[in-house]
Amino acid sequence: MSSLKAFFRSNIRQNGMVIALVFIMVLFQILTGGILFVPMNITNLVLQNSYILILAIGMLLCILTGNIDLSVGSVVAFVGAISAVLMVRLGLGVGITILIALLVGVGAGMFHGAFIAYMRIPAFIVTLAGMLIFRGLTLVILRGQTIGPFDGAFQALAAGYLPGRDVEVLGHNVVAVVAGLLLSIYFVVSLWLGRRSRAHYGFDPLPLSIELGRMAFIVIAINLLTLSLARHNGIPIVLVLLLGLITLYTFVTRKTILGRHIYALGGNEKAARLSGVKTRRTMFLVYTNMGLLSALAGIVVAGRLNAATPKAGTMFELDAIAAAFIGGASASGGIGTVIGAIVGGLVMGVLNNGMSIMGVSVDWQQAIKGLVLLAAVSFDVYTKNKAHRA
Amino acid sequence: MQHPLLEMRNITKAFAGVKASDGVSFTVGEDEIRALVGENGAGKSTLMNVLSGVYPHGSYSGQIVFDGRACAFRNIGDSERQGIVIIHQELALISELSIAENMFLGNEQARAGVIDWNRTYHEARERLNVVGLDENPATLVGDIGVGKQQLVEIAKALTKDVRLLILDEPTAALNDAESEQLLQLLVDLKRQGVVSILISHKLNEVSQVADAITVIRDGRVIETLERDEAGEFHEDRVIKSMVGRPIVDRFPAREVSLGPEAFRVERWTVYHPDHEDRKVVNEVSISLRQGEVVGLAGLMGAGRTELAMSLFGRSYGQKHSGRILLDGQPIELRDVNDAIKHNIAYMTEDRKSLGLILIDDIRRNISLPNLAKISLNAVIDGNREVAAAQDYRKRLSIRSSGIDQMVESLSGGNQQKVALGKWLMSEPRILLLDEPTRGIDVGAKYEIYTIINQLAAAGKCLLLISSELPELLGMCDRIYVVNQGEIAGEVTGSQATQEAIMKIIMTHQRQVKERGAR
Repeated sequence: MSSLKAFFRSNIRQNGMVIALVFIMVLFQILTGGILFVPMNITNLVLQNSYILILAIGMLLCILTGNIDLSVGSVVAFVGAISAVLMVRLGLGVGITILIALLVGVGAGMFHGAFIAYMRIPAFIVTLAGMLIFRGLTLVILRGQTIGPFDGAFQALAAGYLPGRDVEVLGHNVVAVVAGLLLSIYFVVSLWLGRRSRAHYGFDPLPLSIELGRMAFIVIAINLLTLSLARHNGIPIVLVLLLGLITLYTFVTRKTILGRHIYALGGNEKAARLSGVKTRRTMFLVYTNMGLLSALAGIVVAGRLNAATPKAGTMFELDAIAAAFIGGASASGGIGTVIGAIVGGLVMGVLNNGMSIMGVSVDWQQAIKGLVLLAAVSFDVYTKNKAHRA
Repeated sequence: MQHPLLEMRNITKAFAGVKASDGVSFTVGEDEIRALVGENGAGKSTLMNVLSGVYPHGSYSGQIVFDGRACAFRNIGDSERQGIVIIHQELALISELSIAENMFLGNEQARAGVIDWNRTYHEARERLNVVGLDENPATLVGDIGVGKQQLVEIAKALTKDVRLLILDEPTAALNDAESEQLLQLLVDLKRQGVVSILISHKLNEVSQVADAITVIRDGRVIETLERDEAGEFHEDRVIKSMVGRPIVDRFPAREVSLGPEAFRVERWTVYHPDHEDRKVVNEVSISLRQGEVVGLAGLMGAGRTELAMSLFGRSYGQKHSGRILLDGQPIELRDVNDAIKHNIAYMTEDRKSLGLILIDDIRRNISLPNLAKISLNAVIDGNREVAAAQDYRKRLSIRSSGIDQMVESLSGGNQQKVALGKWLMSEPRILLLDEPTRGIDVGAKYEIYTIINQLAAAGKCLLLISSELPELLGMCDRIYVVNQGEIAGEVTGSQATQEAIMKIIMTHQRQVKERGAR
């Protein structure tokens, strides 16, 4: 029992956000009279928030270095505009358009990264400049107009579903159900293997009750999601993309040398450099990566709207930053997780969606989101101070 | 003893059930300098924080009587109004503000909210004269050295009509001459009626100026020692009281067996990173043999740290020239990674801002420079990492709840061991140790000395930088004396005495001056 308490106390921040997310979901499920968890709305939630979540992953890395990136919304619009010009005006194919769009994003990221890492100009200023530059260039390219529509294949990434929609059993899409089961098995096996490996090296494993509880929670969450998707159109392609990114970036931040170097850079740049971390190159890579993910988000946004518009991506940077902070990242760098940023993004997403269903006006939505951000970070600071005193 | 100025009676202060101060009674007379000594975590700072109101009345039990009156300070302002001023180890000065602005910060010489600058500068200059600091009060604090900053802190205390001055490790960052000046100032102030409480690890300084030494251990007063008939303190007894056991020798003995020369630096010259025509290291040539502990002595600012850091993959300065040879082969160290690859390690003097990632745990701090070693295809093997961290935690007896404890919550000595552990894991042949025992207690020092000796016995080459001459004399086989970026001389064996080293520095300073005049 005491170990159970200790577990929750030591992970209060991580668990706190998941609990808050579940709480908000239940709250809105009640407030919206059950509409929140209607299969169509679940699919909607995924599609609506996918690009913010993609951006939140990249933003988390920037925040880990102790900085932020204000330019991502503009880069999203810029990449959408480039794609539109290539496909609609010049008639290029989907593959080559996406490739060029991603490269443009990488270029924008390298542009910021070069000034931040090698010229030592504060990231705030560089990306503020980038925000203006790329928004301006978007207007130039689009000549102030909306360009569309895109090729069907281009839209699929943002609004399409995995194939096999006709294979249904009792109104459930089989592909989605099977995917859910496979994912459940994968999580159970990998958690179990991790536990065995810890035991093998003689490290204290988590109490069995907590381990089993965690497994049950994950399995139920996965299957609730896939079952509900199965009752609508199946698994959205963008969800697969998102899961892939979450897995990849969780791995990079937790298990690789590069990930460790990013944390070290944010934790204490001078100490990191004296420990052999190539701090400038690491910083450059983080911003280059942000450009790449901005481009990906830009493609998804353009595909979802089925058009490139001058106003696309406005305020996205702030949503991504808020997601990372709600998810427990520290503004001074060195602390935060990819999963945390995703949970933070989902908190914001569910708030948005739930309040929209309830008919709360956009102005109030903004104010409430602001309060949630402040509350989450205050909670963070409060628990940290408490931990220090104990 | 005459009428006491300060009486603390039965002070008990607990944190989460742990008593940091346990029924301490402590009396200071009206005309004395009292030293307060004890290992890190013994409870000295807790006691002084209670006294200065950092921990408000009610958060501790016991009484404070100052100048005959019972006191109940709610904050620092309360205690300062009574004339109790505490100067912390980390100076509370703002480097972007001038000396005068700093001195009157929070106590501005103003009429109706408008600052009277003439009065400010006049008052500031008067106080600066008292502390013997000849600087323009309009000079920015960031432009003067640490020694002078310390004097500004004291001058600032004087503006508050200080009667009891508490100094926490005031000489930790000062060189010998500066320390001497500061200690002399305390004696002068005593004559003018300012009583001081001096918290220090440096027993030689303490026994030089203190009228009595109070030893604290585990939150209790162990004893208060007065000078004996000859006017001396028994240092051994002080140490014994501090650590609770007799330390037979402050420096562990070592069998010296020197191997062939392994590391050699020839005519190494480095320029200041911001001023490209200012030489900071000038044509330095040194060599280290296997199994040898070589010291770098010198005053603060002599260029020792700059020399070591520039050798460690050009971590300091620009326009490096000269040669570095490893086993007779010239090597090129363009960055820290090159240095690590050639098995060179540099442990910084400033563990908090340059050495450790305080918000991270012991495990990741130790592995940071060594990730390549425990990785396959850039993917870290978490189990090997944990095993390595546990190994070093045990070998260096780092006292912590586990390898997942945050480094910032460790004591100074244990932090230093983590810093040492991360470099030991890189399995270096050449170790450049910069002030490895700064600000840590006697027991932890001894442990670090023991590790240094073990490394030497294993045939490593060690370069030891220290501002404490007894430490260099006790630990080193050979000592280079550095002054103004140059090697001023070298002493070995029986010639190695504090006097000899100081004489070399003085002679060299004269030579440099003559060179400049010519």
